[in-house]
Order: sequence, then structure tokens, then C-alpha cells
Amino acid sequence: MATEILMPALSPTMEEGTLAKWLVKEGDTVSSGDIMAEIETDKATMEFEATDEGVIGKILIAEGTEGVKVNTAIAVLLEEGEDASAMDDVAEKPAETPKTEKKEEPSQAAPTEGKKQPKPQVDTSPDWPQGTKLKQQTVREALRDGMSEEMRRDEDVFIMGEEVAEYQGAYKITQGMLDEFGAKRVIDTPITEHGFAGIGVGAAFAGLKPIVEFMTFNFAMQAIDHIINSAAKTLYMSGGQMGAPMVFRGPNGAAARVGAQHSQDYAAWYMQIPGLKVAMPYCASDYKGLIKTAIRDPNPVIFLENEILYGRSFDVPDLDDYTVPFGKARIWREGDDVTIVSFGIGMTYALEAAEKLAEEGIMAEVIDLRTLRPMDTPAIIKSVKKTNRLVTVEEGWPQGSVGSYISSVVMQEAFDYLDAPVINCTGKDVPMPYAANLEKHALITVAEVIDAVKNVTYK
Amino acid sequence: MAAKKPSAKTTSSNVSAEELMTYYREMLLIRRFEEKAGQLYGMGLIGGFCHLYIGQEAVVVGLEATAEEGDKRITSYRDHGHMLACGMDPNGVMAELTGREGGYSKGKGGSMHMFSKEKHFYGGHGIVAAQVPLGAGLAFADKYKDNGRVTFTYFGDGAANQGQVYETFNMAALWQLPCIFVIENNQYAMGTSQQRSTSSAEIYERGKAFGIPGEAVDGMDVLAVKAAGETAVKHCRSGKGPYILEIKTYRYRGHSMSDPAKYRTREEVQKIRDERDPIEAVRTLLLTGKHASEDDLKAVDKEIKAIVNESAEFAKDSPEPHLDELWTDIYADTIPQEA
Repeated sequence: MATEILMPALSPTMEEGTLAKWLVKEGDTVSSGDIMAEIETDKATMEFEATDEGVIGKILIAEGTEGVKVNTAIAVLLEEGEDASAMDDVAEKPAETPKTEKKEEPSQAAPTEGKKQPKPQVDTSPDWPQGTKLKQQTVREALRDGMSEEMRRDEDVFIMGEEVAEYQGAYKITQGMLDEFGAKRVIDTPITEHGFAGIGVGAAFAGLKPIVEFMTFNFAMQAIDHIINSAAKTLYMSGGQMGAPMVFRGPNGAAARVGAQHSQDYAAWYMQIPGLKVAMPYCASDYKGLIKTAIRDPNPVIFLENEILYGRSFDVPDLDDYTVPFGKARIWREGDDVTIVSFGIGMTYALEAAEKLAEEGIMAEVIDLRTLRPMDTPAIIKSVKKTNRLVTVEEGWPQGSVGSYISSVVMQEAFDYLDAPVINCTGKDVPMPYAANLEKHALITVAEVIDAVKNVTYK
Repeated sequence: MAAKKPSAKTTSSNVSAEELMTYYREMLLIRRFEEKAGQLYGMGLIGGFCHLYIGQEAVVVGLEATAEEGDKRITSYRDHGHMLACGMDPNGVMAELTGREGGYSKGKGGSMHMFSKEKHFYGGHGIVAAQVPLGAGLAFADKYKDNGRVTFTYFGDGAANQGQVYETFNMAALWQLPCIFVIENNQYAMGTSQQRSTSSAEIYERGKAFGIPGEAVDGMDVLAVKAAGETAVKHCRSGKGPYILEIKTYRYRGHSMSDPAKYRTREEVQKIRDERDPIEAVRTLLLTGKHASEDDLKAVDKEIKAIVNESAEFAKDSPEPHLDELWTDIYADTIPQEA
């Protein structure tokens, strides 16, 4: 049967082009791969190859013609043995327009967002039952216990990273784990973040549940392609066939006196990525409960720790299997005058400020988000509806901060309840300086949080 | 059609007629499929980037002949051939190219991002060389599970200049991962020839620094590829760690559909097509060895054409994904684990 040769689209954006030159003439035999014509687009001249074999029956568009629309018939190809009369059928037929666009049925109206559910309930249940025995533990110990419990529970969980095994952890988080689990499951890597993050993601594709430790998240910038392009997006790109059930963890944000390259807070970066979950705990029980949830979660989880918090002690429930769900904020203090929202080490400023403010009679409600994605925005909204004032606290930079996202959510969902503009207390908009006095000023201070609260409460 | 005199050669060995016929059929399927994909691209049915595998068919067909059930494979964005060769359904691949519901990723991945858990095909990756550590990670999992499987990790001569490749070589050798690094050297990293981008010509030697054995292979000869693959697979499966195959091949088409390919001459391409075409080579073996007649081969051509045409019809008829699909597969509630 005679077939039409159509003007091809030669790039993702091409709509028309110039048929610059024919390299075949009527009556020529062509086979697949033979170059038939040169076509000029606004960017380049491209050769156009035959994809079928046959004889050129007729050339419909003369060379030199400009503005030939994609999919216009430019020639007719006859099968071997056919004569010109076979072209008659083709000539009568209007050019077929490919059906890329289909009429959308009314029911196909774009769903705005799967997550816009009717008024989510705020979960205010306590983290552990009343009367549970508590023990004092450092963040470091709680984190290690959480990981070890999960490794005992599931053979597919392993940990890899720099100095996690023989050295017992650069920050001693993995102390004792090599002894208990052996070198097969507690794996020292070379200093090669891009490479081992990728190997971790590949292992997760194949069904293992890696914990990839970064000595600090500053170094994870070397690996960010695998965290985002490989780990976060594969479930979606594979239509749900495979993903990366794994945890990327390590200290994040400023430690002390280590300068600009070792002090960045990445909370806002990772929080932006669909496909990732992001936890940034403050206290030891949350470190333990959230790391266990993170390891069990079938998605890639970014677990942002803090070096300064590692040595702090908190109450941890003495339970066999203590987990904390993602997306459930914790209210550390109740109050009616102002809501302070923070997470991770930001909580130290928030709680200290609230303590001092209470002495002056200003009662702040302090909310620890614990996870940034999913984020318990209903808990924030509920509190703001009570206090009508909001201050957010974080160490990261101001532009595109976690606080600026919270501000926009509150503005859209509780605008009429606000009696003052939201204030975002953040780190200063500068790379971290080394000098002790400058570093102190670059970070958020308790005094700034107190000032912000006084500002929004007009005190 | 004016039949070209095939002058391409292939290694002679005691290969059976049946085997030759299988390679012929598999390579021809890839070529015809890719030609059809090019055609559908020209019609605007396939969008975005579309990287065709034409010319490189012997690489993946030769290596797949050495794989066992459960072995894994992962590659770059030039992935259609790998999917067909490992047994994925041409309909599902073509429908993914047209972005339809019937595609392997329900239309959400496209040409560069396709996967099949069932066929142990782990993508389809759009970032040059990202699949190299990912492939080593698949091999890591096999070693962890001690299941005797190997992973074929394919990448190009361009990707071979990425730093993460050497980070991976180091760890793969250190941990003795059962990973075959397959460098498909088609001589051009997009438009930059190997001579202009790569300091040493012998890429297979780059594993030396890590103690990884490597060899160069004629990638236009499916039997040579298969023979080298057998050595590599044996090495990896016996627990000796990774192996590098630099397979010298050639792509006839541009880097992607929108590449005018001005960095090489038409004569250069034509010469390879005429003299070294991998499909013509097997065709010649079949005919000269009297393993098949012209009519037999015509029947195969016809059969392949029917499969490819059916895939194109399927890809046109399959509906676009429902708009609800926009919001699915972002997070997993539970991921089915491998048996």
C-alpha cells in the first residue's frame, strides 16, 4: 500500500520547517536509513532518513518550501511492485492528525491536590502511655539504640558510611554496632559520598534497607543527585514499581567554629522535594522513635541530626518498641499569648525564650514539628487560632526558609485569626563566619526570639 | 530494494543455526522498533528526548545471551534496546514512549525512565553515569543476599569520564561486587568524539588502577560480544569481583532525535553501515552457512515488522493516563520486596 511520508518533527519544540533539499527523486528506490531530504529548523539543518523501504512515487512539497508544518504529507512512498495508481487513494485522504491530545471528559478535571482532604484532625495523643518508666539518655545513645533495635528486627537493614564501623562513628553514633552486627552490616566506606550514596540507592532498589550515614550533611551535597534524582523520583518514574526504602542521616547545621563549609542547615532544601520524607528531631526520645519509623518507612527519609544535641540528655520511655509517627508535632509548652514553632536545635532557642517570656507573664505555646515532610500544619493552625500570633524559629537562612513556608500556609488557612504579621526568626543571610563573636551573631539568638514575640504581642 | 552486498564479518565459531537466528531476530526487533520510534517521533506522537539504539544492537543482544534468570541490568537513557533484549513487552515500551497509560511507567517516566521489576530491569536513568553506582548497589544487594546473581551495568564512553564511575570502581573492587561494567563506546559523547574528550583511548584499561580486569570487544560482532560476556559473567559469578567490558560500537543516528550530527561525516556513518553492520553480519552467516534461506529471513522480517507495527498501534490507542495519576506513586505505603 502506498504511504505518505510526513514532514517530521525533529526536535521537542519544532512546529514547522523548511524543506531545504530533496536527496531523492521520483522513481528512486529507498531503504530504511537512506537519507531522503534535508530539513532546516530554526536551530539546525537535519537529515531526514527513510524509515521504510519502497519507491518514491511522488514528491508533494518542492525543495525550498518554507514553513512546512509538521505532519504535512511531503511525498508518497510506493511498496515494491506497486504502480503510480496506488497513489490515488492516498491523495484523496486528508493528512492524518496524530491523536496526542484527547478531549478531556468533564470528570477528568485536574484534581487540585490529592492531599486537600477535608479538615484533618490534630492528633494530640501522648507519645507514650502515662506511667511508662522513663530513663535518661543522650541523643547519641537513643539514636544508636533505635538503629540497633531495627537491625535486630530486620536482616535487610544495614548501615554504611565513613568511619561507622572500626572507628565507632565519627561522632560515636554507631558505637558498638560493628561488634554486634559484624562487618557485613556495618560498613566503612571510602570518603566518596557521591559513589556510596548511589550504591546505597541501588541496594535499596534491589530490596535492602540501607542507612547511609553522612559524616555531616554538608558533604551530602556531593551526593545530592542520587538523593533527589535517584532515590526520591524513582517510585514515580517507574509507575510505582520500585523505589528506595532507605535513610540518609547525619549531623546537619552549625556545630561550633567550623566555618562556612561545615555549618549549613539543609532543612529547607530537602523539605522541598516530593518523594522524600524529612525528619529533624530535637530530643532523645524523638531521635529514637523517629529513626525507627524512618527505617521502617518504604520511602527515602532524610534524617537531619545535630552535633550539639548529640550529647544532651532527655527522658526516653523504657519501652521495647518505641516509635514516633511522622507528621505529628509535639507541643512542649501550652500557652495562650503566642505560638512559637520550631524543630531540631531551633527548639533550644524556642524553649529558652518561652521560659524567659513566662517570667514576664507572656505565655508562649511551643510546637516542635519533629518532621518537616510530612509537616503537621494542622497543629500549627489550631494553635494560631488560639493565640492569634506566630513566630517561627530555625537556624537556616531566611530566603526560602521553613518559616517562610509556614507563614504562607498560615496566611492561607488562618489569615483572619492573625492579630500580627508572622515573624520568621532565622539564621542571618550570610555564610557562617569562623570568629567566635561573629558566629554567635550569625545564628539565631534567644534574645531575637524574645524580641520577635514581643513584637507580635505588641508588648 | 537494492540489496547491499554485506561485507561485514563476524567471528566464526561453532554457533548453531538456532542461536544465530535468535540473535538475528532480537537485533532486528530492536532496529525496527527504533526506526518506528523515530517515525512516531517525527509524527509528534513521541515527545521530549528520544535516544535511539540503532547500530548498537549487538552489544545488548550478545550480553543478554549470557544472562541467567534473576540477573539484573541497568543502563542510561539510551535504553529501548536493553528493554527489548531482556524480554520486556514492545507494546509497553512503545506506549511509554508515547506517554500512555499502557506504558511500563504508566506514562510517567518516558523514553529515559522505564523499569521492570519482573524482568530485573532497573532503568532507564537520565543523569549521565548515575546508573553506575546504582548498578554497583544492585550487585551489592546480590552479594549481601549471597544469591549468585550478577548485574550488567551499562554506560557510554561519555559517562566513563564522570567521577562517580571511579568512586564506584574503587568500592566495587574493594567489596568484590558481582558487577559487569559494560562501556558501550559508540565513539561520541553526544557531539564530542572520544579523541576530543578522553585522554586515553583504551577505556577498558581504566579498571587497572583498581585491579579490575577489562577487555575491549568488537561490538559490531554479536558472537564476539557474547564470548566476552561469558568470560565476564563467569568471573563475577565465581566471586572474583567486578569486570569491565569496553564494547566498541557505533550509533548510526544522532545522540537524540534533535541532533543534526554535524560532528561527523555522512560517509563515516555510511561506511560503518555498509561494512560493519551487526545485523548484516549475522544475516551473512546465516545465508553463507546455509542455515537459512532468503525466504526464511524474509519471514522473520515480516514477523518482526508485525510485532513493531502492533506496538505502534498499541502505543497510539492506549489512552493517556488519567489525571489522578499525577498524584500517585510519590510515596509508597508498602513496596513489594523481591522474592
